[in-house]
Amino acid sequence: MVKLNVNGRAEEVDADPRTPLLYVLRGDLKLNAAKFGCGLGQCGACTVLVNGEPVFSCVTPVALLEGKQITTLEGLGTVDKPAPIQRAFIAEQAAQCGYCIPGMMMRAQALLQKNPRASDADIRAWLEPNLCRCGTHMRILRAVRRAAEMMQTAQAGDAR
Amino acid sequence: MRSDAIVVSRRAVLAGSGALIFSFASTSRLSAQQQSPPNPGGAPPAPPPLPGSLSKTPFLDSWIRIDADGAITIFTGKAELGQGIKTALLQIAAEQLDADLDKLKLIAADTARTPDEQYTAGSHSLQDSGTAILNAAAQVRALLIAAAATRAGIPAEQMKTEHAAVVAPDGRRFGYGELVAAEMLHVQASAQSPLKDPKAYQVMDRSVQRIDIPAKVTGGAAYVQDLRPPDMAHGRVVRPPSYSAQLAGVDTGAIEKMPGVLKIVRDGNFLAVIAEREFQAIQAMRALAAAARWQETAKLPNAADLPAVVTGLAARDITDLDRHDPGGGAATALTALTALTASYTRPYLSHGSIGPSCAVAQLKDDALTVWTHTQGVFPDRAAIAEMLHMPPDKVRCIQTEGSGCYGHNGADDAAGDAALLASALPGRPVRVQWMREQEHAWEPYGPAMVAKVKASLDAGGRISDWDYEVWSNTHSMRPGTAGSLLAARHLASPFPQPEPKPIPMPEGDGDRNSIPIYKIPTARVIYHFLPAMPVRVSALRGLGAHVNVFAIESFMDELAASIGADPVEFRLKHLDDPRAREVISTAAERFGWSEKWRRVPGRGYGFAFARYKNLAAYCAIACEVEVERSTGRARMVRAVAAVDSGQVVNPDGIANQIEGAIMQSMSWTLYESVTFDDTRITSIDWASYPILRFADVPDEVAVHIIDRPGTPFLGSGEAGQGPTAAAVANAIADATGHRFRDLPISRERIKAAIGV
Repeated sequence: MVKLNVNGRAEEVDADPRTPLLYVLRGDLKLNAAKFGCGLGQCGACTVLVNGEPVFSCVTPVALLEGKQITTLEGLGTVDKPAPIQRAFIAEQAAQCGYCIPGMMMRAQALLQKNPRASDADIRAWLEPNLCRCGTHMRILRAVRRAAEMMQTAQAGDAR
Repeated sequence: MRSDAIVVSRRAVLAGSGALIFSFASTSRLSAQQQSPPNPGGAPPAPPPLPGSLSKTPFLDSWIRIDADGAITIFTGKAELGQGIKTALLQIAAEQLDADLDKLKLIAADTARTPDEQYTAGSHSLQDSGTAILNAAAQVRALLIAAAATRAGIPAEQMKTEHAAVVAPDGRRFGYGELVAAEMLHVQASAQSPLKDPKAYQVMDRSVQRIDIPAKVTGGAAYVQDLRPPDMAHGRVVRPPSYSAQLAGVDTGAIEKMPGVLKIVRDGNFLAVIAEREFQAIQAMRALAAAARWQETAKLPNAADLPAVVTGLAARDITDLDRHDPGGGAATALTALTALTASYTRPYLSHGSIGPSCAVAQLKDDALTVWTHTQGVFPDRAAIAEMLHMPPDKVRCIQTEGSGCYGHNGADDAAGDAALLASALPGRPVRVQWMREQEHAWEPYGPAMVAKVKASLDAGGRISDWDYEVWSNTHSMRPGTAGSLLAARHLASPFPQPEPKPIPMPEGDGDRNSIPIYKIPTARVIYHFLPAMPVRVSALRGLGAHVNVFAIESFMDELAASIGADPVEFRLKHLDDPRAREVISTAAERFGWSEKWRRVPGRGYGFAFARYKNLAAYCAIACEVEVERSTGRARMVRAVAAVDSGQVVNPDGIANQIEGAIMQSMSWTLYESVTFDDTRITSIDWASYPILRFADVPDEVAVHIIDRPGTPFLGSGEAGQGPTAAAVANAIADATGHRFRDLPISRERIKAAIGV
């Protein structure tokens, strides 16, 4: 049994400890957002946060994750109560097929949690590991910029 | 493939309810369908063709269902591929029905429920399905008005519709659900529809948020990859290491005992495993791959000289154009000032979907259901049924979104894999997802191509003659028969690969867009169709238009440069079509083309234009590219596009498609090439097949849409692929003074040509 903390919930999963986190998230916990893209850490479609840092879940064995806080896109918000980054991606219509988008959003979230004042250049450099094939890059950049502004406003209004 | 433009009847709009003539056919659905195919040659005068896909599926209730409780469902045979088609089709239906967009439901591409609209391809979705739904919805609305008029005893022309109800002048409301009676919509469409005046549009022609995006950005079940029917097992296939490899032996004993393994399937060169859990299937697949012994043969062509390989293949020549100047060629030759010749090439290109192909299949009570991200559920069903020796009516294919495909990727093959594995494990749903290296090595690539062009200019700086040749494989090896599926070709009793065929003009495939749209008195276009396919190929977004537009639009710049003409002016000088001219001048103006004095050292401006297939959307692109001499790195700094897609449905949807086309085609143009040695494909991941990353994304991309209310929809999904390639090449030529005619225009090539 592997013990994991996912989106604030304690989970016990009966999986081989070598299993990459992605398969446990998708198969055992039935979470859809993190996607299989390459299994090689080359595209970022599987990105989730571990203790606030972006991690390629397709190459991270669950054995390494006990006692750590894992956050997936589902942990940020829901369709009815979307988080700022989700509202921003909807407002900018920043998706075509959308398959890479959850990974993009989680990677951007990691940056903005630490630094909502990130510059455009910071955002571009930070997103470099993630691939998009539909060519939605301009909208993704605009959505992350918009999310940053929303998070700054939220921070100004609420010191938490 | 149908290509005839639809006619939005302005007369019907103007005539109002007086034009409501319906053929209330009492014929059965079967006999109506038998009547519907076109009747070639000598037949009595046929009724006017029905618009869009109504011509094949004429009954209104095939497209629109209204239940007694007022629920409205729209049906389409086209599939959502990330292009936003679901939203656009619902906008059309909502507009013409006068129903609220958010209350409509859409069922797409399901062999058991929707019309057969073949493939979602060729930028045809709005032309075919959008036109069908536009007209069907308008006709349904008229039927409902007529029913309400009868019930209220008030003339139809005094009735209004709003929020899915017919409203009488006295305020009485009749909800569509209460008006619709059994079989009322089971009537054949008529050729003319009481369409709304585009000026009155409230939902169409406006940017609407896509219905699929909220689930995609919150972890909803949005993709075939996300399906988890109860008791689902996981399959993985061990593909051969090369196209012609033969499985000499495999010892499966130890693998059968691995945790979770349910079954190993071996049939000829088809080798696969089914396990309880996904990672167990992957571990067993890896063990199987290590245990398998393959015999390989060096059969691939010489990658180092691909253009010679392509032009060296046996060709079947097709003359697409042979136009002679009625004024006589001799005079032209005498006044010709300049004659130029150039040759342009493209390597094999990968679709490179971010999510490897996936499918889920289940065999239950002798019936097979396949959930697949195919572009064509009906042809895919035919192929799968043939492979499994099942009657097609026992196979149901349900299109479920996957990662963007941009043409024929591994989708159908994965569906075939899942079908085969599901039939080996009856009762249980089996999910198969390809691994990254399988998608990269086995998908059917966009074909390598060569184009050669020769032209002369007369004393007035006009093109007087044009000679164009293009070499290409077919661009469509899509299913329809089992031999199109990898699994079927690998079985011990293999299904033969079908004969490759060119797609005839005016759409064309390798010759798509090979006929210059410009006014040229003498012109010849030859398509050297190459039946032999040493590398697996099929449809990639834009087909041959990518190369043909790259070649023609690069060469237009070369011709302009030879006489010192401005590239935009030079194009306009050869064009009469006012829509083409407006697209070009809009892109040029918005870009600031004439302000060349603003140019920055190391940067160049590039321009290109095409009308996709010479019959769909018009698209012009201007861009600025910077080139770093020390590294050879080229980066698009900004781009401005102008597009005319006819009647616009969702402006933001068109902008999203064109932006995406610019990014993707720029990536093809600058970075991409499938690589192989004499035996194996060697570009098998994102390290060996690099694509665009954020560091090389432009600062700014703007798309200007020229709306043409009331005119036919012109597909725009593929319109940007060709113009982008040429605009980038032209900008690099402008920046460096060096013309690059071989794709990709890589750092290495730029550095070799101009590097310091």
